[in-house]
Amino acid sequence: MSGSSIKFQPEPERYEFTAAPMHRFELPRRDFFKFLGAGIAVFAVARDTLAAQETAPTQGFHQEELPKDITAWLHIGEDGNVTAFTGKVEIGQNIRTSLAQTVADELHLPFESVTMVTADTALTPFDFGTVGSRSMPTMSPQLRRAAAAARDLLVGAAAKEWNVAAEGLTTADGKVTDPATGRSLRYADLARGKTLAQNLPAEDPVTPPDQWTIAGKSIPKKDARAFVTGKHQYTPDLRRPGQLYGKVLRPPSFGATLTSYDAKAALAMSGVIVVRDGDFIGAAAGNERDASRALETIQTEWKEVSHTSSKELFSYLKKNATVKSDDRSRKTTGSVEDGFAAAAHRLDATYTVAFIAHAPLEPRAAVAEWSDGKLTVWTGSQRPFAVRDELASVFHVSESDVRVIVPDTGSAYGGKHTGDAALEAARLARAAGRPVQVVWTREEEFTWAYFRPAGVMEIKSGIAADGALTAWEFHNYNSGMSAIDTPYVVPNQHIQFHSTQCPLRSGSYRGLAATANFFARESHMDELAHAAQIDPLEFRLKNLSDSRLRAVFDAAAKSFGWSHKKTQEGQGFGIAGGLEKGGYVATCAEVSVDHTSGAVRVVRMTTAFECGAIVNPDGLRNQVIGANIQGLGGALFEFIEFENGRITNPRFSRYRVPRFRDVPEIEAVLLDRKDLPSAGAGETPIMAVAPAIGNAIFQATGTRLRGLPMVPNGLNTAQSGVPSTS
Amino acid sequence: MAKPIELEINGKRQAVHCDPETPLLTALRDELGLTGTKYGCGEGQCGACTILLSGAPRRSCQIPVSAAAAKPITTIEGLEKDGRLHPVQQAFLDSGAFQCAYCTSGMILSSVGLLRTNPHPTSAEIIQSLQGNICRCGTHPRIIDAVHQAAKSIEERGR
Repeated sequence: MSGSSIKFQPEPERYEFTAAPMHRFELPRRDFFKFLGAGIAVFAVARDTLAAQETAPTQGFHQEELPKDITAWLHIGEDGNVTAFTGKVEIGQNIRTSLAQTVADELHLPFESVTMVTADTALTPFDFGTVGSRSMPTMSPQLRRAAAAARDLLVGAAAKEWNVAAEGLTTADGKVTDPATGRSLRYADLARGKTLAQNLPAEDPVTPPDQWTIAGKSIPKKDARAFVTGKHQYTPDLRRPGQLYGKVLRPPSFGATLTSYDAKAALAMSGVIVVRDGDFIGAAAGNERDASRALETIQTEWKEVSHTSSKELFSYLKKNATVKSDDRSRKTTGSVEDGFAAAAHRLDATYTVAFIAHAPLEPRAAVAEWSDGKLTVWTGSQRPFAVRDELASVFHVSESDVRVIVPDTGSAYGGKHTGDAALEAARLARAAGRPVQVVWTREEEFTWAYFRPAGVMEIKSGIAADGALTAWEFHNYNSGMSAIDTPYVVPNQHIQFHSTQCPLRSGSYRGLAATANFFARESHMDELAHAAQIDPLEFRLKNLSDSRLRAVFDAAAKSFGWSHKKTQEGQGFGIAGGLEKGGYVATCAEVSVDHTSGAVRVVRMTTAFECGAIVNPDGLRNQVIGANIQGLGGALFEFIEFENGRITNPRFSRYRVPRFRDVPEIEAVLLDRKDLPSAGAGETPIMAVAPAIGNAIFQATGTRLRGLPMVPNGLNTAQSGVPSTS
Repeated sequence: MAKPIELEINGKRQAVHCDPETPLLTALRDELGLTGTKYGCGEGQCGACTILLSGAPRRSCQIPVSAAAAKPITTIEGLEKDGRLHPVQQAFLDSGAFQCAYCTSGMILSSVGLLRTNPHPTSAEIIQSLQGNICRCGTHPRIIDAVHQAAKSIEERGR
């Protein structure tokens, strides 16, 4: 599996690819052993990282090879414990545990003997970011190969010690054994006194999934006890000696520029540092209250610019679409005109998705500390190396003088790709000459972070009398290209992404545009099925040849009881599915609609998911169910309202997220394909939730909702796709 | 310097030197270093800052420190006794009832509070009492399971 070529189709995103860092971390070997002590080390160091990382940030239909040389390394200490290093970030997706399982599995030693060092730019190899569900398909094989190479080194060392051939020796439970004599040596004994380092061979055979012993098991989260006792320190919990608390004065609206500034009163306050640098105004003090008070005394005037509002959002996106488009954003197969001409039924429909917020419960935060011109920053980010480079560039220092450390973080969902809080803390800390912590308020988080892009999807389609698709024309405005392709067999297709001016700062989000594209496509497929009077599952299978996708549709339908007919008024069933990022998903939903009040309740959902060989079934189940619940929010009621360059619902009391009462009975059906490499699982399970629910609402009521969120105020007042008024 | 306010936290008396209207959450985290209690919203909507005040779950971001004086306060740091986890902590651990775990302290304190007044809650009662606690990762079903499991083990410990 390590030799298979990995296809990577990146997204046209705004923040992902603006500044691809191209610096390779080099830790002198001597320092490496000085830091970790003697032992055996394996480096999966690529020679052409620089070139590979430069070419990665491209986009479009024409798939690029993901650089295979993402680096990792591991170290076997004199105590036999293994430390593996990766630039990946733990954000609740359980990567610390599943990567440690991979290493323990391949090295044949107990899970507890493996420690993962993650996301520290001074200690871990360069990593592009914990994004795009890439950790399992790329980092896991890297670490597995490094572990296999380490095992070979240990066997070699034992063979030398016993003066026998390496071939006959076996490894298990942290020991090398010679079956001929029965003698064995612990890894600790073999590593003692050595400073043995090796670069990873290009191809080293690794253990296939059907022979895994530690990977593939439901091992509990590493360090879980620290999380139930409150001992784990997230970034906002760090307290550096002499630390001050920083606050930032925000402009009244997006894009406003400072025209007048008077900070006399603030500057007169004792124990308060005030910084004005361009349009940035901030204060730091011994406690947050004093910093806030200082900012309150500052007199400012701002020049504001005009903005559109959420009410005109969708017409704005259409009006401001870029006219010219290049080959990378469109694809044509056959002739859609011919396909329409051959169709027995034609259907045109428009779908929309609103801006939504990630709202991670841990807000953006950072602690910055300068010492002798060098900067150390702790921050919750999915892209520590990008944040390091951003800091180096902004403060005109070398990357090697900036260290970014990411403590295990209170979630991100694609929302923590930038280093905003890090920059603010570092600017204040430089002025203060002391460490400064900046923790965004919930209102700042809802306003000054970025959003999942809103979008408009237009579909024109045709089917033959027997229900076979004849034509498929799909246009996406603004939300992006993830899963824009249809998985169904259609001879005549035109698929196109249109970039537009975007009224709000937007970027990555769990599932990216795939949620929007799935919603449009799978709602439309349901509409076609009803038009053709064919069961929606049967209609999909009729037009589908992909066996992995058929398998998840079948599994979801079977477990859900898709063949059951509705038995009561207001009840409805819906199904949707698709593939993305190497994962295959199908979701069935049952809703109950109260015709009098218009209240929509999701009663139960079944999601079948297949992502190749499963590394940790319990962790995967947690991810799949979590994705279903998070997907429920964007499907039913989450949306950002804005007007005059201001977010008008920047609080949990105004922005509804799923709570206990919203959560239906959810079943996750996991298909374990030990014959296939593991794909990521953090994103794809969210994608079929919204269309499955929308299709169920249609079956229950005959009302087709074509905009997300579907029922922010219940069905009777549903403005499909609030905030649109059209 | 403000007049010290005496608090009784996890069975220990501790003085804080902040303005009386400072939120209890800020005093716990910034004055006393008890950072297990989390900030999530500052408007009592998310439950991340839940503590027990006189045994009842309260949002510490909504309580001025002066109003908490002389009342027993329990935070997540006060649940573990002699290296032994509280049954609710143990149940969360055993059920894997977290992902990023940022909401976990608040979930656990809310659940401890619930089980004090209702040792055998139904799922509907658990849902009702945790409605004010947000878990953005979507771990709700496991949290409900964990509370049931904790109720069972408290009963068994009591026997």
